[in-house]
Amino acid sequence: MTTKPLEEPATTRPVDPALVPHGGRSKAPKVLAAVAVILALLPLVPVGIPVLFSGPFDTPGTLQVLAVALTLAGLAMSYDVIFGYTGLLSFGHALPFALAVYGTNLLMAHARLPYPVAAVVAIVGVVALSALLGAVALRTTGVAFAMVTLAFAEAFSILVLTDPVRFLGGEEGLSIASDMVPDLFRGVVNTRNIYWLALLTAVVVYVLARRVVTSRAGRVFEAIRENEPRVEMLGLAPFPYKLTSFVFGSGLAALCGTVYLLVVRGANASITSPDFTLSILIMVVLGGAGRLWGAALGGFVYGVLNLRLSGVATSDAIDALPDWLAGPLSEPLFVLGTLFVLLMLFAPGGLSSIGRRMRS
Amino acid sequence: MSVLEIEALNVWRGEAHVLHGVDLSVEPNGVTALLGRNGVGKTTTLLAVMGLLPATGSIRVDGEEVIGTPSHLIAQRGIGYVPEDREVFSALTVAENLRLAERPGVEHRYDLVYELFPDLASRPNQPAGTLSGGQQQMLAIARALLNPNRLLLIDEPTKGLAPIVVESVVEALVKATADTAVLLVEQNLWVAAELASRAVVIDEGKTVYAGDMDTLAGDPQLAGRYLGVEVR
Amino acid sequence: MSSFVLYTITGLGLAGLYFLLASGLSLIFGLMSVLNLAHGAFFAAGGFAAWWVMDSVTFLSPGPRFLVAIGAAALVGTVTGALVERGLIRRLYGKHVEQILLTIGLGMAAVALMGGWFGYDPRLLTQPGWFTDTTEIAGANIPNSRLLILGVAVLLLVGLMLFLSRTRHGLIIRAGVENPAMVQALGIDVARSFTIVFALGGALAGVGGALGAVYFNGISPSLGTAQLIFAFIVVVIGGLGSVPGTALAAALVALTQVYVNNYVATGLGSISVVILLALVLLIRPQGLLGKAAP
Repeated sequence: MTTKPLEEPATTRPVDPALVPHGGRSKAPKVLAAVAVILALLPLVPVGIPVLFSGPFDTPGTLQVLAVALTLAGLAMSYDVIFGYTGLLSFGHALPFALAVYGTNLLMAHARLPYPVAAVVAIVGVVALSALLGAVALRTTGVAFAMVTLAFAEAFSILVLTDPVRFLGGEEGLSIASDMVPDLFRGVVNTRNIYWLALLTAVVVYVLARRVVTSRAGRVFEAIRENEPRVEMLGLAPFPYKLTSFVFGSGLAALCGTVYLLVVRGANASITSPDFTLSILIMVVLGGAGRLWGAALGGFVYGVLNLRLSGVATSDAIDALPDWLAGPLSEPLFVLGTLFVLLMLFAPGGLSSIGRRMRS
Repeated sequence: MSVLEIEALNVWRGEAHVLHGVDLSVEPNGVTALLGRNGVGKTTTLLAVMGLLPATGSIRVDGEEVIGTPSHLIAQRGIGYVPEDREVFSALTVAENLRLAERPGVEHRYDLVYELFPDLASRPNQPAGTLSGGQQQMLAIARALLNPNRLLLIDEPTKGLAPIVVESVVEALVKATADTAVLLVEQNLWVAAELASRAVVIDEGKTVYAGDMDTLAGDPQLAGRYLGVEVR
Repeated sequence: MSSFVLYTITGLGLAGLYFLLASGLSLIFGLMSVLNLAHGAFFAAGGFAAWWVMDSVTFLSPGPRFLVAIGAAALVGTVTGALVERGLIRRLYGKHVEQILLTIGLGMAAVALMGGWFGYDPRLLTQPGWFTDTTEIAGANIPNSRLLILGVAVLLLVGLMLFLSRTRHGLIIRAGVENPAMVQALGIDVARSFTIVFALGGALAGVGGALGAVYFNGISPSLGTAQLIFAFIVVVIGGLGSVPGTALAAALVALTQVYVNNYVATGLGSISVVILLALVLLIRPQGLLGKAAP
């Protein structure tokens, strides 16, 4: 094939490789450690950010929003391993997350397992299932891989919504089997503990993901992303590496799912939806793919905006606008989607690259 | 004035710096052979002329710079391109492949094409993907000959063909290229010598020889050094 | 037996909807390597256009009004498709992943935009009385709307095949799906075809939305997204870029779904389609009529 160069094949190289740092083993960990400490102290601070949050940081409502955002930050990092580092365009990353949320709760409710045990069993189960689904899906590449993973996620979504065996709660979802949850994490009064657990999880996800992406295998992941045929020419079979990345990222997503269950006190069908699975991609690209802290930032910002934009949008300024404008503007996803389109057009490296761009 | 003039052509493919300083020119009539070892960048040169690869340096067609011009506008200047692996549209029929090649506003030389390649005339409705290798090559050449072009870029027209088919393709090319400027990439030195009067050799990404074809073919040492072939 | 006929025709009607969505997706992908995740929004936009016509153009009687509604849906789809390609996709030319990401954001914003305007509950489409009457075929009473959907889809399939085989634009698109660079090297501006396939895909999806509003008894912003997933499955099973493959796969997927839902258990139909997809991938990764995997 000689005349193909005009149309590059649809490889899944993430956004703008020039902006993906190499050897970025810089001061990021120190800065992030400082951010983590600040976040850990936040529940003790009796002030807030007006408009953006409904109350001070030490109130359960605000902590709940932040805990959701932290879980999504973890989820975004787990996806960054698969998409940002390995270049696998999976559209089904909601699946391991949602499976862990539902699985943990079902194990608590029906097998009467205490929360920590249920969570571990769920994660192990998700890892095993991901290995199986990944092995099938990775027979395809590029866009076909995206569609197949999307189909797998959709299958679970339909299973939840139609709920043929009256087991998954359908559209209403399941509320948490709270009698199997340790006292420490039960109820609104303990939102602060749940927040800390979500923060700890995000940190653990970061540390684990960083270990893997900076390991030898992690360098192979990046080599696959940049140029898969060349990896093959070097005598390495890409498949086991791609599968490892897929399964590892899915396992981290499952870990986030087990915590998300506690944060929102239940399993909601919306986390199985195709919209949610695509929004994980948006989170990662929003922050900057191929950079763990960028993905975390994207997940966090997305989480806060998605939960709080509707609150902001009911403000008087919006109410004063004509209906045809006020209606869409009060839809968080309209604002986020539009912002995202603009980002793709003008700053495809994501939020974490904007500073770099302005400096250069 | 030369139909095609290339100066200091540099081309990257991915991270590989394939060409770094190719110079050549193609005169209005006759065939110029572009020679060199395998993988030296002959095909890359043609792709760059067609605007299918980003390049720096200078590529002038009839004196006008074409680097940076979109491929279709380069082709519309009267360049016919016969790519290395034929690249006929396999799902399209023979007639559709030719119809697609019709450039608006010029005469379409179906008579010439069908006279040169009667095999094509007899199977207009056969999908090109089911043609034999030789027939596909004929179709690829026919596509370039259909419009009265100023310049033909022909990339290894005999590659992978049986000797008997090579002969008929060469015969057709002799007839077809009599009144057009041609830049021909050819591995087979015998074929090149048969068709071309001038030769350009590239080695390690640069032009190392430009001159008479016969001189090159008649000098075993020269040919052996640049082309890695034994000349009997 | 009569229920089998009913299910088959219902399934083929659904196949028609899938085909209308999937054929555009497949052509866009085949030609431009762009996976258009905003395609579901074209479907919904067409549905709302049809709903609006049925709701407000009351001086026409429902029959002719429905024809106008289909036309409006096609028009909205065409214009939206062309604008999206010209205004947005083209700016990211050659960057396929960025283009996909852009369509994700666009689809999300478009669904929310329609949600802001029309709300998320399904809007019921005023239907001509003839639609809900039934016709007896082989002992089964088939609602006329199912026959209409099937008829329109078959008509558009034939029209699309004729367009692709008989017109120069169609020829360029078919050749471009195989090898856009070579088309360009023949002196043809492939980029013009990009706009055409987006407009065409938008039109087909728009008509799909109008018919979908009839089939699903109403139109909501997220209906397109839900159908888009099945359209993807159809595209992968049929083989990327192949229109006949898409038609075949649409029938296969929709019939599997309807039969399993009715003969096995409600809800299992969609799951079985995913299993079908997995099987096809294991046996023939390039799809039924596809060439090599992309």
